[in-house]
Amino acid sequence: MEGWIFFAVLLAIGFFFGSRAEQQHFRDLQRREQALGGLVISVVGAKVALPDAAGAELFVGSVVVSSDYFKTFVAGLLKLVGGRIGVYETLLERGRREALLRMEEAALDWGAERVVNVRIQTAELGGNNGQGIVALEVIAYGTGVR
Amino acid sequence: MTVRSRSSASNIILTNIETIPGSTITQHLGLVQGSSVRAKHLGRDIAAGLKNLVGGELKGYTELLQEARQEATDRMVQEAQQKGANAIVNVRFATSSLTQGAAELFVYGTAVRVG
Repeated sequence: MEGWIFFAVLLAIGFFFGSRAEQQHFRDLQRREQALGGLVISVVGAKVALPDAAGAELFVGSVVVSSDYFKTFVAGLLKLVGGRIGVYETLLERGRREALLRMEEAALDWGAERVVNVRIQTAELGGNNGQGIVALEVIAYGTGVR
Repeated sequence: MTVRSRSSASNIILTNIETIPGSTITQHLGLVQGSSVRAKHLGRDIAAGLKNLVGGELKGYTELLQEARQEATDRMVQEAQQKGANAIVNVRFATSSLTQGAAELFVYGTAVRVG
Protein backbone atom coordinates (compact mmCIF):
# COMPACT_ATOMS: atom_id res chain seq x y z
CA MET A 1 0.00 0.00 0.00
CA GLU A 2 2.74 2.47 0.98
CA GLY A 3 4.56 1.50 -2.15
CA TRP A 4 1.58 2.53 -4.24
CA ILE A 5 1.25 5.86 -2.47
CA PHE A 6 4.95 6.56 -2.98
CA PHE A 7 4.60 5.66 -6.64
CA ALA A 8 1.55 7.91 -7.06
CA VAL A 9 3.38 10.79 -5.41
CA LEU A 10 6.37 10.37 -7.72
CA LEU A 11 4.05 10.21 -10.70
CA ALA A 12 2.26 13.37 -9.62
CA ILE A 13 5.55 15.23 -9.02
CA GLY A 14 6.76 14.14 -12.43
CA PHE A 15 3.54 15.20 -14.09
CA PHE A 16 3.09 18.64 -12.48
CA PHE A 17 6.70 19.83 -12.31
CA GLY A 18 7.65 18.10 -15.53
CA SER A 19 4.91 19.63 -17.65
CA ARG A 20 5.40 23.04 -16.05
CA ALA A 21 9.11 22.90 -16.82
CA GLU A 22 8.31 21.79 -20.35
CA GLN A 23 5.92 24.67 -20.99
CA GLN A 24 8.45 27.13 -19.60
CA HIS A 25 11.15 25.65 -21.77
CA PHE A 26 9.01 25.94 -24.91
CA ARG A 27 8.24 29.60 -24.15
CA ASP A 28 11.91 30.25 -23.54
CA LEU A 29 12.83 28.53 -26.81
CA GLN A 30 10.32 30.59 -28.76
CA ARG A 31 11.53 33.86 -27.27
CA ARG A 32 15.17 33.07 -27.99
CA GLU A 33 14.40 31.87 -31.51
CA GLN A 34 12.70 35.17 -32.27
CA ALA A 35 15.64 37.09 -30.81
CA LEU A 36 17.98 35.45 -33.31
CA GLY A 37 16.60 37.55 -36.14
CA GLY A 38 18.19 37.17 -39.54
CA LEU A 39 20.77 34.47 -38.95
CA VAL A 40 20.49 32.03 -41.84
CA ILE A 41 20.94 28.36 -41.12
CA SER A 42 21.50 25.89 -43.91
CA VAL A 43 22.25 22.22 -44.14
CA VAL A 44 24.11 22.56 -47.46
CA GLY A 45 27.31 24.46 -48.01
CA ALA A 46 30.07 21.88 -47.63
CA LYS A 47 30.97 21.85 -51.31
CA VAL A 48 29.88 25.31 -52.30
CA ALA A 49 32.46 28.06 -52.74
CA LEU A 50 31.83 31.02 -50.46
CA PRO A 51 33.62 33.83 -52.31
CA ASP A 52 32.20 36.65 -50.21
CA ALA A 53 33.21 35.15 -46.87
CA ALA A 54 36.07 36.58 -44.86
CA GLY A 55 36.20 34.08 -42.04
CA ALA A 56 34.76 30.84 -40.82
CA GLU A 57 34.69 28.96 -37.60
CA LEU A 58 33.14 25.82 -36.16
CA PHE A 59 30.34 26.22 -33.64
CA VAL A 60 28.91 23.48 -31.48
CA GLY A 61 25.82 23.52 -29.30
CA SER A 62 24.95 20.63 -27.07
CA VAL A 63 22.44 19.72 -24.41
CA VAL A 64 21.56 16.69 -22.34
CA VAL A 65 17.84 16.34 -21.72
CA SER A 66 16.09 13.77 -19.62
CA SER A 67 12.60 12.45 -19.39
CA ASP A 68 10.55 12.94 -16.23
CA TYR A 69 9.02 10.20 -14.11
CA PHE A 70 5.58 10.65 -15.63
CA LYS A 71 6.80 10.56 -19.21
CA THR A 72 8.90 7.48 -18.56
CA PHE A 73 5.89 5.72 -17.07
CA VAL A 74 3.50 6.71 -19.86
CA ALA A 75 6.06 5.72 -22.48
CA GLY A 76 6.41 2.36 -20.77
CA LEU A 77 2.65 1.83 -21.05
CA LEU A 78 2.53 3.02 -24.66
CA LYS A 79 5.30 0.62 -25.59
CA LEU A 80 2.92 -2.23 -24.86
CA VAL A 81 0.66 -1.23 -27.72
CA GLY A 82 3.24 0.44 -29.94
CA GLY A 83 2.73 3.42 -32.19
CA ARG A 84 3.48 7.06 -31.54
CA ILE A 85 5.01 8.03 -28.22
CA GLY A 86 4.08 11.69 -28.03
CA VAL A 87 5.72 12.29 -24.64
CA TYR A 88 9.14 11.50 -26.10
CA GLU A 89 8.50 13.48 -29.27
CA THR A 90 8.26 16.71 -27.28
CA LEU A 91 11.36 15.74 -25.31
CA LEU A 92 13.41 15.28 -28.48
CA GLU A 93 12.04 18.48 -29.95
CA ARG A 94 13.12 20.39 -26.85
CA GLY A 95 16.60 18.92 -27.02
CA ARG A 96 17.04 19.59 -30.69
CA ARG A 97 15.81 23.17 -30.58
CA GLU A 98 17.92 23.91 -27.50
CA ALA A 99 21.10 22.51 -29.09
CA LEU A 100 20.49 24.44 -32.33
CA LEU A 101 19.83 27.63 -30.39
CA ARG A 102 23.05 27.31 -28.42
CA MET A 103 24.99 26.89 -31.64
CA GLU A 104 23.22 29.85 -33.25
CA GLU A 105 23.72 32.09 -30.24
CA ALA A 106 27.44 31.28 -30.14
CA ALA A 107 27.71 32.00 -33.86
CA LEU A 108 25.87 35.31 -33.50
CA ASP A 109 28.17 36.38 -30.66
CA TRP A 110 31.11 35.78 -32.94
CA GLY A 111 29.47 37.86 -35.67
CA ALA A 112 28.28 35.20 -38.09
CA GLU A 113 25.91 36.12 -40.91
CA ARG A 114 25.00 32.53 -41.55
CA VAL A 115 25.78 29.03 -40.43
CA VAL A 116 26.32 26.48 -43.16
CA ASN A 117 26.48 22.70 -43.25
CA VAL A 118 24.60 22.27 -40.01
CA ARG A 119 24.51 18.74 -38.63
CA ILE A 120 22.38 17.52 -35.76
CA GLN A 121 22.90 14.25 -33.99
CA THR A 122 21.50 12.46 -31.02
CA ALA A 123 23.15 10.01 -28.67
CA GLU A 124 21.50 8.01 -25.95
CA LEU A 125 23.22 8.20 -22.58
CA GLY A 126 21.01 6.12 -20.36
CA GLY A 127 22.63 2.86 -21.35
CA ASN A 128 21.04 -0.03 -23.14
CA ASN A 129 19.85 -2.20 -20.31
CA GLY A 130 16.46 -0.58 -20.04
CA GLN A 131 17.05 0.58 -16.47
CA GLY A 132 18.22 3.81 -15.02
CA ILE A 133 17.56 7.21 -16.43
CA VAL A 134 16.26 8.12 -19.84
CA ALA A 135 18.69 10.77 -21.02
CA LEU A 136 19.94 11.79 -24.39
CA GLU A 137 22.46 14.20 -25.73
CA VAL A 138 21.73 16.31 -28.77
CA ILE A 139 24.53 18.15 -30.49
CA ALA A 140 24.27 20.60 -33.35
CA TYR A 141 27.31 21.88 -35.19
CA GLY A 142 28.01 23.95 -38.22
CA THR A 143 30.40 26.45 -39.73
CA GLY A 144 29.67 30.07 -38.98
CA VAL A 145 30.57 32.39 -41.85
CA ARG A 146 31.00 36.16 -41.86
CA MET B 1 28.10 26.91 -24.01
CA THR B 2 30.11 25.91 -27.01
CA VAL B 3 33.28 24.11 -27.86
CA ARG B 4 35.88 26.75 -28.51
CA SER B 5 37.39 25.81 -31.80
CA ARG B 6 40.38 28.06 -31.27
CA SER B 7 41.87 26.45 -28.22
CA SER B 8 44.12 28.70 -26.21
CA ALA B 9 47.27 26.95 -27.34
CA SER B 10 46.76 27.31 -31.06
CA ASN B 11 45.52 29.33 -33.94
CA ILE B 12 44.16 26.44 -35.90
CA ILE B 13 40.95 27.15 -37.80
CA LEU B 14 38.28 24.48 -37.70
CA THR B 15 35.37 24.19 -40.10
CA ASN B 16 33.00 21.42 -41.06
CA ILE B 17 32.90 22.49 -44.70
CA GLU B 18 35.45 21.53 -47.32
CA THR B 19 37.12 24.90 -47.55
CA ILE B 20 38.35 27.73 -45.38
CA PRO B 21 36.52 30.80 -46.68
CA GLY B 22 38.90 33.65 -47.32
CA SER B 23 41.94 31.43 -47.81
CA THR B 24 43.13 28.74 -50.18
CA ILE B 25 44.11 25.24 -49.20
CA THR B 26 47.63 24.58 -50.39
CA GLN B 27 48.29 21.14 -48.96
CA HIS B 28 46.35 18.20 -47.56
CA LEU B 29 47.95 16.44 -44.61
CA GLY B 30 45.52 13.62 -44.00
CA LEU B 31 43.09 12.51 -41.35
CA VAL B 32 43.48 13.68 -37.79
CA GLN B 33 41.41 12.52 -34.88
CA GLY B 34 40.92 12.87 -31.18
CA SER B 35 38.82 11.00 -28.68
CA SER B 36 37.94 11.02 -25.03
CA VAL B 37 36.08 8.49 -22.94
CA ARG B 38 34.35 9.91 -19.91
CA ALA B 39 32.40 8.42 -17.09
CA LYS B 40 30.06 10.45 -15.00
CA HIS B 41 30.91 10.64 -11.33
CA LEU B 42 28.73 9.68 -8.43
CA GLY B 43 27.73 13.16 -7.27
CA ARG B 44 26.55 14.10 -10.71
CA ASP B 45 24.84 10.77 -11.05
CA ILE B 46 22.82 11.27 -7.89
CA ALA B 47 21.90 14.82 -8.88
CA ALA B 48 20.87 13.55 -12.31
CA GLY B 49 18.81 10.79 -10.75
CA LEU B 50 16.87 13.38 -8.76
CA LYS B 51 16.54 15.65 -11.76
CA ASN B 52 15.23 12.70 -13.72
CA LEU B 53 12.09 12.83 -11.60
CA VAL B 54 11.04 16.16 -13.08
CA GLY B 55 12.90 15.96 -16.37
CA GLY B 56 14.55 18.71 -18.34
CA GLU B 57 18.16 19.55 -18.92
CA LEU B 58 20.78 17.69 -16.93
CA LYS B 59 23.33 20.49 -16.68
CA GLY B 60 25.96 18.32 -15.01
CA TYR B 61 25.98 15.94 -17.94
CA THR B 62 25.88 18.72 -20.50
CA GLU B 63 29.03 20.19 -18.94
CA LEU B 64 30.69 16.81 -18.61
CA LEU B 65 30.21 16.04 -22.29
CA GLN B 66 31.26 19.51 -23.35
CA GLU B 67 34.52 19.14 -21.42
CA ALA B 68 35.04 15.75 -22.99
CA ARG B 69 34.36 17.07 -26.46
CA GLN B 70 36.75 19.95 -25.87
CA GLU B 71 39.42 17.49 -24.80
CA ALA B 72 38.86 15.35 -27.89
CA THR B 73 39.06 18.48 -30.06
CA ASP B 74 42.29 19.56 -28.35
CA ARG B 75 43.85 16.18 -29.06
CA MET B 76 42.85 16.41 -32.70
CA VAL B 77 44.32 19.92 -32.90
CA GLN B 78 47.57 18.69 -31.35
CA GLU B 79 47.86 15.95 -33.91
CA ALA B 80 47.22 18.43 -36.69
CA GLN B 81 49.90 20.76 -35.36
CA GLN B 82 52.41 17.93 -35.26
CA LYS B 83 51.71 17.42 -38.94
CA GLY B 84 52.31 21.09 -39.56
CA ALA B 85 48.72 22.00 -40.33
CA ASN B 86 47.17 25.36 -39.66
CA ALA B 87 43.55 24.39 -40.29
CA ILE B 88 41.25 21.39 -40.08
CA VAL B 89 38.36 21.05 -42.51
CA ASN B 90 35.38 18.72 -42.65
CA VAL B 91 35.30 18.19 -38.91
CA ARG B 92 32.79 15.56 -37.73
CA PHE B 93 31.66 14.59 -34.26
CA ALA B 94 30.50 11.22 -33.05
CA THR B 95 29.27 10.05 -29.67
CA SER B 96 28.81 6.50 -28.56
CA SER B 97 27.63 5.32 -25.23
CA LEU B 98 29.82 2.42 -24.17
CA THR B 99 27.98 1.26 -21.09
CA GLN B 100 25.58 2.96 -18.81
CA GLY B 101 27.60 5.79 -17.36
CA ALA B 102 30.41 6.08 -19.88
CA ALA B 103 30.49 7.68 -23.27
CA GLU B 104 33.09 8.14 -25.95
CA LEU B 105 33.34 11.47 -27.71
CA PHE B 106 35.14 11.26 -30.98
CA VAL B 107 36.10 13.99 -33.40
CA TYR B 108 37.89 13.75 -36.72
CA GLY B 109 38.73 15.92 -39.67
CA THR B 110 41.20 16.58 -42.44
CA ALA B 111 44.32 18.55 -41.57
CA VAL B 112 45.31 21.08 -44.19
CA ARG B 113 47.67 23.99 -44.74
CA VAL B 114 46.11 27.17 -45.99
CA GLY B 115 47.96 29.99 -47.67
